[in-house]
Amino acid sequence: MALNLDSKIPSGPIEQKWDKAKFDMKLVNPSNKRKYNVIVVGSGLAGGAAAASMGELGYNVKCFCFQDSPRRAHSIAAQGGVNAAKSYPNDGDSIYRLFYDTIKGGDFRAREADVWRLAQVSNNIIDQCVAQGVPFAREYGGVLANRSFGGAQVSRTFYARGQTGQQLLLGAYQALERQIDAGTVKMFYRSEMLDLIVIDGRARGIITRDLVTGAVDVHVADAVVLGTGGYGNAFFLSTNAKGCNTTAIWRAYKKGAGFGNPCFTQIHPTCIPQSGDYQSKLTLMSESLRNDGRIWVPKKKNDTRPANTIPEDERDYYLERRYPAFGNLCPRDIASRAAKICCDEGYGVGPGGKGVYLDFAESIGRLGRKTIEERYGNLFEIYERITGDDPYAEPMRIYPAVHYTMGGLWVDYNLQSTIPGLFVLGEANFSDHGANRLGASALMQGLADGYFVIPYTMGNYLAQVKPGGVDANHPECRAAKDAVDARTKKFLSIQGKKTVDEIHRELGKVMWEDCGMARNAAGLDRAIKRIPEIREEFWNNVKIPGSGAELNQSLERAGRVADFLELGELMCRDARTREESCGGHFREEYQTPEGEALRDDEKFCHAAVWEYQGDNKEPVRNIEPLAFEHVHLAQRNYK
Amino acid sequence: MKIILNIWRQKNATSAGKMVRYEMPNVSEHMSFLEMIDVLNEELTKKGEDPVAFEHDCREGICGCCGFMIDGIPHGPQRGTTVCQLHMRHYKDGDEVWLEPFRAKAFPVIKDLMVDRSAFDRIISSGGYISINTGSAPDGNNLPVIKKCSDQAMDSASCIGCGACVASCPNASASLFVSAKITHLGQLPQGQAERDRRAMRMVLKMTEEGFGYCTNTGECEAVCPKGIKIENIARMHRDYIKASVLYREESKAGGAG
Repeated sequence: MALNLDSKIPSGPIEQKWDKAKFDMKLVNPSNKRKYNVIVVGSGLAGGAAAASMGELGYNVKCFCFQDSPRRAHSIAAQGGVNAAKSYPNDGDSIYRLFYDTIKGGDFRAREADVWRLAQVSNNIIDQCVAQGVPFAREYGGVLANRSFGGAQVSRTFYARGQTGQQLLLGAYQALERQIDAGTVKMFYRSEMLDLIVIDGRARGIITRDLVTGAVDVHVADAVVLGTGGYGNAFFLSTNAKGCNTTAIWRAYKKGAGFGNPCFTQIHPTCIPQSGDYQSKLTLMSESLRNDGRIWVPKKKNDTRPANTIPEDERDYYLERRYPAFGNLCPRDIASRAAKICCDEGYGVGPGGKGVYLDFAESIGRLGRKTIEERYGNLFEIYERITGDDPYAEPMRIYPAVHYTMGGLWVDYNLQSTIPGLFVLGEANFSDHGANRLGASALMQGLADGYFVIPYTMGNYLAQVKPGGVDANHPECRAAKDAVDARTKKFLSIQGKKTVDEIHRELGKVMWEDCGMARNAAGLDRAIKRIPEIREEFWNNVKIPGSGAELNQSLERAGRVADFLELGELMCRDARTREESCGGHFREEYQTPEGEALRDDEKFCHAAVWEYQGDNKEPVRNIEPLAFEHVHLAQRNYK
Repeated sequence: MKIILNIWRQKNATSAGKMVRYEMPNVSEHMSFLEMIDVLNEELTKKGEDPVAFEHDCREGICGCCGFMIDGIPHGPQRGTTVCQLHMRHYKDGDEVWLEPFRAKAFPVIKDLMVDRSAFDRIISSGGYISINTGSAPDGNNLPVIKKCSDQAMDSASCIGCGACVASCPNASASLFVSAKITHLGQLPQGQAERDRRAMRMVLKMTEEGFGYCTNTGECEAVCPKGIKIENIARMHRDYIKASVLYREESKAGGAG
C-alpha cells in the first residue's frame, strides 16, 4: 500500500495561502475544547510551545519529556540566534527574501508553501518572545539588535548573547509552566515514549516508561503531537545532547508514518575537534564566530609549526579564496566540505590533522579585544575550558561535526504525518529545510510550528473527530503495552559481553565514514551490509545490567540505540538511492568540475518518503514531487 | 594519571547509601569529569555491576542537568563551571575525590548522584512567567527596553536551574534561583504588571517546598556555574516586602482575569 502523500497545499497565491488555510479551517467551539485530549511528546521549542499554546486555547494537554524538567530540552543548547523577516536594520530584507534564502539554502528540496509560511510567521515569533520577556540583545536606543548570521547577506538574526536557544526555551517553558499552574497542561517528567498507539488508522495515544520507577503506562488521547527533535546521535558523536534520540519518531515510522529524506544530515563546520576515544559528545562553537573569525590552513602540507609563527603569506584562507562573495559566511554544508577536503589533502592542523584554524587576530586588532569579548565571550570560555587553549592568544581549532537532521517524519502542510491524528513539529519533521538548514532557522521553525501552526491545524483536525471513545483497555493499547514489556524483557535477557555504548560507537563509525560529509555508492552498499551485522550483534551480545523496574540508564540507552541501529540503515538506503548531490547530501559521483554539489532536478526534485514494511524487509521508497514556482531552480552559487 | 573516586552509592530513594571506592588508573588530562565516570561505568557494566547513575544531557554546561558534589563543592573546584565542563587537567596524578549528590530536603535523592529537582519547576509554575497568550503580542519594537536593564535581565536569565546554589547553602535556600527569575522579569517593562504577584507567589512557594531562608552566607554566588550575583536576592527581598504590603489577590470582577 503506497503512502498517501497529499501535501494539502492550499490553492491561491503563495503569499495568501496561509491566511486562506486558516480561514478554511474548521473550529472547535470554546466550550468543547476541554473535551479533547492532546498528547505532546517533547518539551523543547516545538513541543513546549505547542503544549503551552494549545493549553491556552483550552484543550486538555498532556506533555511528556524524558528529562527531569521541560527546561532541559536540547533546544536550550542552540547558541546563535533566531531569524525573522522584520527588516528592522533597513537592509532590504522581506518575507520574500527570507523565503528565497531558505529555499535556495536548502538546495531546492523543501516545499515552497511551507517555507513561505515559516518566513511569514517568523515576525510573530519575535513579537511573542519579546512579550514573554526573552532578553534579546538591544541597541542603546532600546530597540532590538540584529546581526548577520550563517550565509545571510542581511542582518535578520535576533539573539540573546550566545544563549538564544536557552532564552527562547525558557520563554516557552515559562508559558508551559503557566499552563501547568492553570491546570490545562499536565506534565510528565522523566517519562519516555516507547510506542505509538494507532486505532482504526488514527493515532490515539502512546506507551510510556517512567524512568524512575520503570512503570509502563498507556496514555490515550484524541491526537498525538511529536516534538522530539532530531536523530543526529545515530552517528554516536554529534553535537546533540546525550539523550537526544529517534525512538519516538522511529516507533511512529514502524506504525505507518512515512519517513522523509532520512539521509539529509547537517554537518556543522565549527565544532571543537575530538580529543580521544573516551569522548562521547562533540561541542559546537556557534557559527556566529564566522562573522569575525577567519578560517585558514597552512599552505604547506603537514605543517606542525605553531599557528602564530606561520607568516601571513603561508596561510590559505580557503573559503575567502574559493567563495569571494560569501567568504567565511558561506552555508554550513559548503564550509564543512571545504574543511574536510583540506584535511583529507593533508593541510589539516592539530592531532591527526583533523582541524582547521578559526582565527580572531585580525578582528581583535580591528575591533579591540573588548568588543570580541562582548560578542563571543562565553564561546571563547567554552573553548578554553574544553581545550585548555586561549583563543584570544592563538587561533581556535575547529572541525565539522554532525549537528542537525533535516530529514524526519513526513508531514503535510498541516504538519500531519501519514497517520491521521499524528502531528510532527520542529526538527522531528522533514518539512522546511530541504537538504541543508541555514543558521538561526532551527529555532525559527520549532517556534513557528509550536506557537503559530499547530494551534490552528490541530483545531481543524479535532473539529472533525469525536472526542474520546477509547480507553487503556482497548486491545490495541494492550497489545502496544505488551510489545513494550516484551522488548524490555528481551533487552535484559541478552546478558552478552558488549556495552550499549560500544555497539553505538561501532554504528557511529560506520555512519560517519560511509554516510557522513561525502558519500558514494560503494561505501553506502558496504554500510547497508554492515549495519544489520552490528544490529545482529546488539541483539545477541549486548550487556544491560539491572532490571526494568527501577531507574536503569543502560536500559534507556539500549532502547534508543536499538532504534538507531534500524534508522542508520534507512539513512544509508536513502543516501544510496538519491543519486545526486544536494545540500548536506554530497555524493562523490555527482559533482561539478569545481567540486560543488551537482543536483539532478530531472530525477530527484522530490522528497523521498520511506514506508516501513516489516522487520528485515526492505522499506518502500515513495516520492512527493516538489514544484518550484517562485524560486527558479538554479545551481547554488556562493562565489 | 591515577584518580581515586569515592562515590555515594544509593539504590533508590528509600534505601540507605554509602561511599564506595573506585580506582581509575588511566585518566587522560583531556577528559571531562563526566567522561571519566563514563569510563568507570563501562567497566562496571562489563563486570556485571550497577553503573553509577548521574544526571547529564547537553554536556555543554547549558541544560542544567548535571551537578553533584565534588569534595563538598557543587560542580567541583573550578569556578563558573558545570561538572560536565570540568576537565581532568585540573587534577593531578594520585588525587582522591569524594562525590556525593546534592543534599537538601527539597531535593530528595533518586539514585546515586541523582536528585529530584522538580521543586524548581513548581516554583516557576507559581509565578515565574509573564502572562501573555500566544498570538496577542504587539510588535517587538513597540516597547523599547533600556539596554542596561535588558543586559541585567539577561545576566539573571542565564540561570540554568542546576540547583548548585541550594546544595551549597547551609540553609538549603533556593533564594538565588528564585531571585534570578524575579530579577530577570522584574528588570523588563513587560514584567511590571505581575511584579508583586510574582514575588509574593514565588517566595511563598519556595518556603512551602521546604527550602530554607537566605542568611546572606554567599556560598550560592561562589558556586554558581553561571555567575548569578547575590544582588539578585536583595532585589527579590525588596520586591517581596513591597508586595507583602501592596499585593491583593486578583479579582475576576471586570473581566475574565
